[in-house]
Amino acid sequence: MGKLTIGTFSSLVGSLSLDFSVKLAEAAVKKGHKVDFWMSGNATMLAKKGQKAFKDYSFLSKTIQELIATGNFNITACEACAEARGYHKEDCPDGFLRKSMDWYLASTFEADRVLHIGGD
Amino acid sequence: MATKKLAFVVRSLPYKTEASRLALTHAISSQTVEIYLNDGDLVEASVSYVSDGVFNVLKNQQGGKHYGITTNEGHAKNTLLLDLKVLVCKEDLDKFGLTEENLVMDAEDIGGETKANIVPYSEIQKEMETADHLLFC
Repeated sequence: MGKLTIGTFSSLVGSLSLDFSVKLAEAAVKKGHKVDFWMSGNATMLAKKGQKAFKDYSFLSKTIQELIATGNFNITACEACAEARGYHKEDCPDGFLRKSMDWYLASTFEADRVLHIGGD
Repeated sequence: MATKKLAFVVRSLPYKTEASRLALTHAISSQTVEIYLNDGDLVEASVSYVSDGVFNVLKNQQGGKHYGITTNEGHAKNTLLLDLKVLVCKEDLDKFGLTEENLVMDAEDIGGETKANIVPYSEIQKEMETADHLLFC
């Protein structure tokens, strides 16, 4: 099985591109692949705990926790992007990592495919 | 020992969203990626500006004055200081009436030796074809 690195800049709720990225990761993990999932910019809002489900908005936390539980899914937020948005390590949900941008580039090194969902 | 080539393709306007700035900061972070890799392994980033993305390399940006933030011009200059390969699409510059005079073409004032290259899109296409991974921003 392969390794995918998925990077996204797109915002939580404000854009469905982040939802698409998570669905892509979910499909890959279900097929037995490993996925590194990187969030920069507005996408880092996914790495904030305490999100609530409303029918008008997408809710990704449950899917993310299920993916983390598989052991084949690493999810990492850009630390500077998160700090700039006013939330800190203690605000991160369990299982999420926070790293600098070079972590993402390093992840691409061994990836069979890199899917970068840029923009907002 | 191996080198993986990443091609960042900057196609979004500066300041309107964060995407182009993030492209530049991610590309710059290739300089410290070795801490995560085995000895001898490398990640090599290039930056190509196409479409609206060419506005990111305009000179005399006023991000500091108007938003109190660093400019994309400064980040573009840093990519040259760090010897990243930088390509700017000639056809898109022509479309906007921009010339080399309008652009950050080097980082000589901060000690850089590498210059940006204004090239036809076909050259950028070649750069993308030789990259291991493409990152559109």
